[in-house]
Amino acid sequence: MSERVSTYAHEDYQTVDHDVLVIGAGGAGLRAAIEAAGDGVRVGLVCKSLLGKAHTVMAEGGVAAALANVDDRDSWRVHFADTMRGGQYVNNWRMVELHAREAPERVKELEAWGALFDRTVDGRILQRNFGGHRYPRLAHVGDRTGLEMIRTLQDHGVHAGIDVHMECTVLTLLTDGGRVSGAFGYDRERGRFRLFRAKAVVLATGGIGRAYKITSNSWEYTGDGHSLAYHAGAALQDMEFVQFHPTGMIWPPSVRGILVTEGVRGEGGVLRNSDGRRFMFDDIPENYRPQTADSEDEGWRYTQGDRNARRPPELLTRDHVARCIVREVREGRGSPHGGVFLDISWIKDRLPNAAEHIKRKLPSMYHQFRQLANIDITRQPMEIGPTTHYVMGGVRVDGDTQMSTVPGLFAAGECAAGLHGANRLGGNSLSDLLVFGKRAGEHAARFARTNGAVSIDGAQADAAARAALAPFERHDGAEQPYHLQETLQERMQELVGIVRTEREMREALGAIAELKARAAHVGVRGNREYNPGWHTALDLGHLLTVAEAITRSALERRESRGGHFREDFPEKDPAYADFNLVVRKGADGEMQLAREPIPPLPAELAAIIEEMTG
Amino acid sequence: MTTTAPPERATGAPGAGDAYTAAQAAQDAGAAHGTRTLRVWRGAGGTGAFTEFTTDVVEGMVVLDAIHQIQAEQANDLAVRWNCKAGKCGSCSAEINGKPKLMCMTRLDELPTDAPITVEPMRAFPHVRDLVSDVSWNFRVKPQIRRFTPRPPDAPDGTWRMRQADVDRVQEFRQCIECFLCQDVCHVLRDHHKHETFAGPRYFVHAAALEMHPLDTADRIPELRQAQGIGYCNITKCCTSVCPEHIAITDNAIIPLKERVVDRFYDPVGRLVQLFRRKSPAH
Ligand SMILES: Cc1cc2nc3c(=O)[nH]c(=O)nc-3n(C[C@H](O)[C@H](O)[C@H](O)COP(=O)(O)OP(=O)(O)OC[C@H]3O[C@@H](n4cnc5c(N)ncnc54)[C@H](O)[C@@H]3O)c2cc1C
Ligand code: SF4
Ligand code: SF4
Ligand code: FES
Repeated sequence: MSERVSTYAHEDYQTVDHDVLVIGAGGAGLRAAIEAAGDGVRVGLVCKSLLGKAHTVMAEGGVAAALANVDDRDSWRVHFADTMRGGQYVNNWRMVELHAREAPERVKELEAWGALFDRTVDGRILQRNFGGHRYPRLAHVGDRTGLEMIRTLQDHGVHAGIDVHMECTVLTLLTDGGRVSGAFGYDRERGRFRLFRAKAVVLATGGIGRAYKITSNSWEYTGDGHSLAYHAGAALQDMEFVQFHPTGMIWPPSVRGILVTEGVRGEGGVLRNSDGRRFMFDDIPENYRPQTADSEDEGWRYTQGDRNARRPPELLTRDHVARCIVREVREGRGSPHGGVFLDISWIKDRLPNAAEHIKRKLPSMYHQFRQLANIDITRQPMEIGPTTHYVMGGVRVDGDTQMSTVPGLFAAGECAAGLHGANRLGGNSLSDLLVFGKRAGEHAARFARTNGAVSIDGAQADAAARAALAPFERHDGAEQPYHLQETLQERMQELVGIVRTEREMREALGAIAELKARAAHVGVRGNREYNPGWHTALDLGHLLTVAEAITRSALERRESRGGHFREDFPEKDPAYADFNLVVRKGADGEMQLAREPIPPLPAELAAIIEEMTG
Repeated sequence: MTTTAPPERATGAPGAGDAYTAAQAAQDAGAAHGTRTLRVWRGAGGTGAFTEFTTDVVEGMVVLDAIHQIQAEQANDLAVRWNCKAGKCGSCSAEINGKPKLMCMTRLDELPTDAPITVEPMRAFPHVRDLVSDVSWNFRVKPQIRRFTPRPPDAPDGTWRMRQADVDRVQEFRQCIECFLCQDVCHVLRDHHKHETFAGPRYFVHAAALEMHPLDTADRIPELRQAQGIGYCNITKCCTSVCPEHIAITDNAIIPLKERVVDRFYDPVGRLVQLFRRKSPAH
């Protein structure tokens, strides 16, 4: 199955053949690989880190699925309506429908594969509250749901006959007459190139958070899948919608950005400013008002499972909570380190064994603050502020099959767009991975079986190899990869962050162009074996592509919607509700922007929204 | 090309997108500063030597921050494996001042200030480069442990009923982040190199999680005794003492498994009882 091809610079590429190549081994990639392997095709799975370390491992709060175990008023229809409203109606409604319908089956399947969720008193899967979800809907395992999920998929997958290529980074996708034909990458340990030939490719590479300075995301989140797809000719959509999670750690400086799960608020944590005021009560959006508590007491009862109570304003959608926090800080009511206070310790006024309760419900948060900030969250408030968390935008895909606009190229998970629209509800990502990971794997396998062999264009691989090795040849006056990366992160944070203006984004485009030019002169030291400087140099191209796509799309959307807030256009504009913004690489190599109409909502789905919001 | 913020940004004037970052920048300036020296193992394939680096530190920094700073400023090619920097992925395992630890969860201010901090790769596995070791052996062990095999669903809708109390016991084991620090410290692997015949504490935790899973029906006891060599463990508890997830590896996983092995293979009465009590898949 493996052969050596001698090409560029007399180097051997190790060539590997698969029917389906899955790039990324987080929840989406593992689920896709399991599905495709179950279909009997030869599956390869590539990931930048070791198996089981992907970003999915960090997810905390839970996986959204309308199992209705805790509140029988829940159903796929409510989940559908919640997700559309959270996404401000620019979602791909077909994906929202499939997601809401299929998530419960996917979660149960995980249990059948060995996952152990927390239980209700009658022994079923327990569900918790999260922002934007009308009923408690998140199946969870304390605050380490992602670990449970990835481990279950990993352990199930190791018996499924998948070839895993760990610590291997894909640098470019290969195409054969408009169809995807494989991928070209390098293995980290030796620095040797690897050429994958595949009839279908699934991208499951996760997000882009490393384009910003303050982020909850791991080093892997450099937008590789977005950029690989774009350069292979695929369309990206909704790139302006970046989610800033309201609660990241902000102190000490070295932990800034690390996530504080929304589960803290779901369990009764409240937000206060420096005056001790619960400021979230001050600004409740009109369309959420009927479902939001009007007293502290009602909010508390909701978090404790009172079915007749409405949710506290801390559990409004993330975009809204993040902006309220920014407002408090700007108006001088922030905490000492430039955030606000999140307090779960106050529940000792309400619960007898509050400290034990908190440790049991939020063990890793307890641990995280103890270890990193010397804070005991059962006794003291946390200081928190927004952090770059998730990208709603990504590869534009067909709602049923997850195929991109390039034949044979599929995308699932965070690197695909559509499900979340303008703002993702917490917990909807883990279920996204399962539902669409499965669908992508299934359809990729089908595509591989029904389409003929592909051939590899050696010149494409050679060009990629040459470009990848160029930084080793630059010495005098070379740019330093870490420095360029940091500059980009700072510029994006300042200029294309939570609150955006035209002037700043124009400045960002200038900065990106300049950094792109400088990236062409980046130089690295040492040799090819496990060389992080080299890796950073190679990531830069992806980061710059993604940064440009975000900025151009955000400039074009002259309104505020979901995760995208324009200070110069602070209102939602109905004229922007009918299309998605799409970027493609033009024939001249420049980025082109288009407005693609959203197909009308079928009457049946429109009726659900009507019913739920009416 | 300047990399600093435009002036109106620093003053937090209206229009400043992220006023909160400006407030934080001001706070950073106020954090306690100093320098620390790290002795970092550098080299490839088993050969190498310590190199000393001195770097600026601020309050709250962890060892991984210092390594990253050295990497960015002084040694771009310094190899280190990490991913989450939040103690969740188990990638950044190393030996810090001689103790197996996660670099991202070890604060500099926990370590003695009167001497340089030594940072070395895990030594029980083959060395790759600098702080990275080859942990692939671990990934080959797991598939040898019999997979999860559930009893038929309890309810007509294809689901099961489990009590939280029964789940709790296994959830402890499922907190494992596969950092392999327990494998690194276990003398059966580290000193006696029994990799071919001993699965190691991580995989006893894994086997225990499966054996004690309320739904599982497979039998792993003969393999634990034979191929996985649980008998080599002489319960020194070194593994337990390094586990960053505070899993009671020895007491809660290994000892109960050893008891099952003993009951099955060495105790004639137990053996008879077993004949009648053997886990039946039909339960
Ligand atoms: C701290 C935190 C908490 C979260 N909590 C929740 C939660 O409670 N509920 C929820 O629903 N969501 C949560 N999320 C979001 C959710 O975890 C992610 O969106 C999701 O895990 C993404 O999964 P994925 O499979 O798309 O990608 P990932 O799990 O990130 O996997 C990406 C994979 O792609 C690989 N890869 C990337 N680029 C390349 C390349 N060039 N070559 C080869 N391989 C590559 C990586 O190595 C990795 O294996 C949280 C996120 C964070 C950061
Ligand atoms: S208790 Fe057993 S497994 Fe753990 S370190 Fe000691 S010998 Fe190894
Ligand atoms: S049992 Fe503990 S020490 Fe061992 S691999 Fe798991 S988390 Fe690490
Ligand atoms: S980097 Fe993930 S545990 Fe340290």
